[in-house]
Amino acid sequence: MGVLTMTGMTENTGAAALEVILELQGVEKAYGSGSTRTQVLDGVDFAVNRGEFICVVGPSGSGKTTLLRCIAGLMPPSGGRTLFEGDVVTEPPAKLAVVFQDYSRSLLPWMTVRRNIELPLKNKFARGERAERIEHALRSVGLAGKGDLYPWQMSGGMQQRAAIARGLAYQPDVLLMDEPFAAVDAQTRIDLEDLVLDIQREYNTTVLFVTHDIDEAVYLADRVVVLSGAPTTVSHEIPVDLPRPRDQVQTKLDPRFAQLRTRIFELIQNAKSSSVINRA
Amino acid sequence: MNAGRVLSKGLVRLWLPVLLVAVWWYASADSSNIYFPPLATILETFQRDWLTARALDDLVPSLTKLVIGFLLAAFGGIALGTLLGLSPRVRSAVEPIMQFLRSLPPPVLLPIGLLLFGITGAMNIFIIVFGAIWPTVLNTADGVRSLPPELRDMARSYRLGFRQRLFAVVLPNAAPQIFSGLRVTLQLSIILIVVSEMVAAVDGVGFYVLNSQQTFAVAETWAGTLLLGVIGYLTTLVFLLAQRRVLAWQTGMHQTRKA
Repeated sequence: MGVLTMTGMTENTGAAALEVILELQGVEKAYGSGSTRTQVLDGVDFAVNRGEFICVVGPSGSGKTTLLRCIAGLMPPSGGRTLFEGDVVTEPPAKLAVVFQDYSRSLLPWMTVRRNIELPLKNKFARGERAERIEHALRSVGLAGKGDLYPWQMSGGMQQRAAIARGLAYQPDVLLMDEPFAAVDAQTRIDLEDLVLDIQREYNTTVLFVTHDIDEAVYLADRVVVLSGAPTTVSHEIPVDLPRPRDQVQTKLDPRFAQLRTRIFELIQNAKSSSVINRA
Repeated sequence: MNAGRVLSKGLVRLWLPVLLVAVWWYASADSSNIYFPPLATILETFQRDWLTARALDDLVPSLTKLVIGFLLAAFGGIALGTLLGLSPRVRSAVEPIMQFLRSLPPPVLLPIGLLLFGITGAMNIFIIVFGAIWPTVLNTADGVRSLPPELRDMARSYRLGFRQRLFAVVLPNAAPQIFSGLRVTLQLSIILIVVSEMVAAVDGVGFYVLNSQQTFAVAETWAGTLLLGVIGYLTTLVFLLAQRRVLAWQTGMHQTRKA
């Protein structure tokens, strides 16, 4: 099953060695066949180190969701492969959880939030431990005492918190998030961004966060992976050297924040215009 | 809700049935037409035949067969429909046969049922199951297939086992459709128990109604017919209460969306 020899250990310039937890090697995806064949992903390569916060941005239509589904093992790539802790991903890995974009459809409306969180834990943990994990996860996302509500009794922001709590309680090594805040209002979005940063620090989880929002990407990430327009490859990887903990006011006032933002914005604009030329 | 509103809501729902019964009562009071006995006579017969120990002879066999037949049709229908919904291969193999069986008018099965089972309770149950199962089968299959892709992804990425997927995700998602199938199955079950008892039984409410008609016991015919109406009404009521309980989440969700 596993190709353990492929686990990469890249040398950091500093003392600690960084362990690669997730590695994409030439991931391709095409839909259809013959003349209607559309190449969405055209060899995507990048690696994620354990404990890192990676944001993936790209022009709209650049196959961000397709990429995430390939990484999550929900969709087989047409070429290349994804390695999760050295093993080729052929089905959803046990130590990976996904927070989906459409929280209102990924939570089960016939179960309370507590039972929604508990469902994936039933195969992994004993009853007593489950209860503890659920309460801890609910507290972490600011939903302590709300476990007995049904998802539809909650606001959109609370539902997405519940979906995040479900991911956390599952105790994944990697949390994949697919534009998780695209559907909530601006104020809630800011709260949830800080929530995810707190959680990442608390649980020391590796996060791969797909977004179309450049500010959000720079604010959250250790490194931003910029995709080209379709057919998609990695156009640039931009390290974000802003100090942590991040702060919605201070971090965004930092001149480096503005520089990074402008840089990534330009890269995406270029990617957009070049992909338009390709299509014409 | 205060008592006044409960009362006025009750009045709105009840005035027409009460009025119709009153009209029937007075219009038939002096009736000497043998086909339309006075309502008072019918109710006396009803009370004598159906509200005393004598009722056990016909009512209990009918209700037992109805309940067994309905439960077999319901659970069999959900099981078969789930199988059809989950497996396209099974679906394409079974679909033509099913469409054929479904197109048979259920009473047509009576002669064959008689050949196979004779005049027995098993025969009545056979007719119910075969005639009433199809709406539940088809609705369940549809409901099972209508799983939103988001939930399918969620179930896969959290590696839910087959039983978890089935009982926590697929079937609850299909539940609203399953229930509308079950409701038709219930109505058909009531129709079929009566019809099959009329044709081939030695007891039961259907047997009582037809038997009394053939012996010119007209008040009994009316009383039996009334009883069948009451049975139909009460079973539907019980069914709707169960449905409201099981689908409480759906009602709640719709109300919050509207608000």
